[in-house]
Amino acid sequence: MSSTTSGRGATAAAILEVRDLDKTYPTGQRALIQAHLTVDAPQVIAIIGSSGAGKSTFIRCINRLVEPSRGSVRLHGLELTQLDRRGLRDARRRIGMIFQEFNLVQRLTVMQNVLCGRLGTVGLWQTLRWRFPPEDIRSAFELLDRVGLSGYPNQRADALSGGQRQRVGIARALMQQPELLLVDEPTASLDPKTSRQIMRLIRELAVERSTPALVNIHDVALARAFADRIIAFKAGELVFDGAPADLTDDALTLIYGAEDWTLGQRSAGAEEGEA
Amino acid sequence: MTYPSDWRAPSMLGSPGRRMALLAVLAAYLVWAIGSLEIDWDRMVRGLPRALDIFSRMMPPDVGDRWPLLWRGMIESIQMAIGSTLIGMALAIPLGLAASRNLAPRPIYLFARGLIVVGRTFHEVLIAIFFVKLFGFGPVAGLITLAFASATFLGKMLAEDIENIQPGPVEAIRSTGASFLQIVAHAVAPQVIVKTLGVLIYRLDANLRHSTVVGIVGAGGIGATLSSSFSRYDYDFAAAILLTIAALVAFGEWFSDWARRQIR
Amino acid sequence: MIRSEPQSEYYAPRHPEVWQRHTPIQKLIHWLWLVGTAIAAVWAVSSLDIEWSFLADAHEQAADIATRMWPPRWSYFPEIIQPLIQTVHIATLGTMAAVALALPVAFLAARNTTANSLTWAIGRGILVASRSINTVIWGLLFVAIFGPGAVAGVFAVAARSVGFIAKLIAETIEEVDGGQIEAARATGAGTLQIWWVAILPQALPVLIGTSIYRWDINVRESSVLGFVGAGGIGLYLYASINSFAWQQVLMILIAIGVIVLASEALSAWVRGKIT
Repeated sequence: MSSTTSGRGATAAAILEVRDLDKTYPTGQRALIQAHLTVDAPQVIAIIGSSGAGKSTFIRCINRLVEPSRGSVRLHGLELTQLDRRGLRDARRRIGMIFQEFNLVQRLTVMQNVLCGRLGTVGLWQTLRWRFPPEDIRSAFELLDRVGLSGYPNQRADALSGGQRQRVGIARALMQQPELLLVDEPTASLDPKTSRQIMRLIRELAVERSTPALVNIHDVALARAFADRIIAFKAGELVFDGAPADLTDDALTLIYGAEDWTLGQRSAGAEEGEA
Repeated sequence: MTYPSDWRAPSMLGSPGRRMALLAVLAAYLVWAIGSLEIDWDRMVRGLPRALDIFSRMMPPDVGDRWPLLWRGMIESIQMAIGSTLIGMALAIPLGLAASRNLAPRPIYLFARGLIVVGRTFHEVLIAIFFVKLFGFGPVAGLITLAFASATFLGKMLAEDIENIQPGPVEAIRSTGASFLQIVAHAVAPQVIVKTLGVLIYRLDANLRHSTVVGIVGAGGIGATLSSSFSRYDYDFAAAILLTIAALVAFGEWFSDWARRQIR
Repeated sequence: MIRSEPQSEYYAPRHPEVWQRHTPIQKLIHWLWLVGTAIAAVWAVSSLDIEWSFLADAHEQAADIATRMWPPRWSYFPEIIQPLIQTVHIATLGTMAAVALALPVAFLAARNTTANSLTWAIGRGILVASRSINTVIWGLLFVAIFGPGAVAGVFAVAARSVGFIAKLIAETIEEVDGGQIEAARATGAGTLQIWWVAILPQALPVLIGTSIYRWDINVRESSVLGFVGAGGIGLYLYASINSFAWQQVLMILIAIGVIVLASEALSAWVRGKIT
């Protein structure tokens, strides 16, 4: 977790730099209040906080699926908030996203869904005919193998279980060879055992490819187990940014409100034991 | 480990060979069909300026002093629609009973089903021609035409419902010791009434649409007004009538959707 | 004073003694509807000039016509083969044209794919206009423009069918899971790519089923287009009726019946095979 240089030069810009990010909805609701984040090195960053605290908004403001009201988001020095439509599309190619509800196209096969990760790099005509370059096909098969779905390329997405669908989603995001991974509650729709498998897979892949990952997660135990760094939102504001070890019960009380956090610790310990 | 680098998307139509074959068939059909239309390309080209001329004469739509005609046509259509729906509903009850396999004796069942098939197969304009022959020109023929069409449509639904009566709710009520009439009122009727109301409203909308058309063969309604305006080359009036028909039918559809939502 | 009511009455909430299915206001509304319908019914039939003399001998007339129709003039059949085929062509070509047009119109009329309120209004306007005017009336219009003949018929069928098909497709488009679209956006794909990958897989099956369904309705409609001069068998039928050639009329009716029933059966069979 030391800040390794990414090989782009000693004075390279941070991988991701978020400054003063603000989002206020037309209803007046302030979903994000002056959020800051700097990611210098490839690391897995877990984002925790209560529902509605701003985690999801924060992630979506980075690739502008939600337009921020104010603030700056820089990816390797490129200011994302000022990009026009074409520039934004190019930028999004460099950011992979994994979703809570998997968001696969149900009627398409696993292979087709994975190849969708390369949509940003092929033209319309190729898309219509589903003709992707051989390197992409090879990568797709390799990724499917890596996530444990090598036997499934021609299965329809709606024939898979939740865990399998999320693996497809992971493969799709990685097909983009992204410089950054945005992961929105990847395990919220999964059972506890599958959740751990998926989190482990995400972490392994992020580390293998030296890709920083921002992971929204509501399960504090999972966050502690798989993240290098934890940040927390409360009512739109960033209230914690540090190592998992620093996440004391007091800190948790600040983030979530009063609770017997030792309960959570015990069950997390039990799960670690059986893994 | 090396991975394969070619892959084809699954195609709805099967192998590329089949896709080619289907496209070839499609192309051949288009050539055949369009050829058979006997399109006089010469006349079409010469006709283009004429078409534009007609279009310009249709704009702006103008009613002028022919309001009474438009008004009467519209009113007739609405009357035909409402009247035929109600009469059709009344006739549908005996027809539906007669067309239920579990109720009616075989010859009556066959005859009723035959009527239903006739009503569904032939366009209402065709049926209108016959009723015009029988009852003379005018909205009476149109009313009876649409009543016949409605009766066969509604009768068919009724017959299907009767043939499919759910035993479940009937048994439940029967187990409480209710009498036959009570069973009908509490188990059968609620299922039937809401659905019937919904179907009636739907049919009213359909009849309103049909009522705009049967006038073309003399069965009353705004179709007659429209037809005569075209034959008199009264294009701006025709345009006005078209707009009226569109507005009337659009309103009818909106009303139908709204009313059916009201009754849930 | 001894109270005769049970003690619990003071503590239990008061329920109405009598259960009624509808509130008084609802009953009033139902009454008003009933009365309104009765008034409408009376008004509808009242102003019709019923020629009672006609009604009286109508059944005699009907019997008379029926006997004159029998037996059908089979020898007339060869003369109507070509018009019958033309009728089917009109229906088929018209439906094909409608399918080609319906897809773009549907994208205009669907809230999640249209560019702005104006384009949405245009899309919806096309739907309303197309669906409010019957095929035969469109036929009148196109005969005035193109002159009598099957071309007018094809246009008429197309004009009516576009709205029918596009409305159902637009509804399908609006029902597409937003998550699928979001995921495609996040990969940096362009708008048309997103539509092809996330929307069309769901819309295409509906398009095909709807088109086939509309085709068989159109066969029925095409049988009468000839009455307004738009081609097909209608002209022959009209001529035969007006010249009192009742046996020919029956022949034609049988022929029309056969093709309508056959097209219905074919349509149901094909739709059964693709679902």
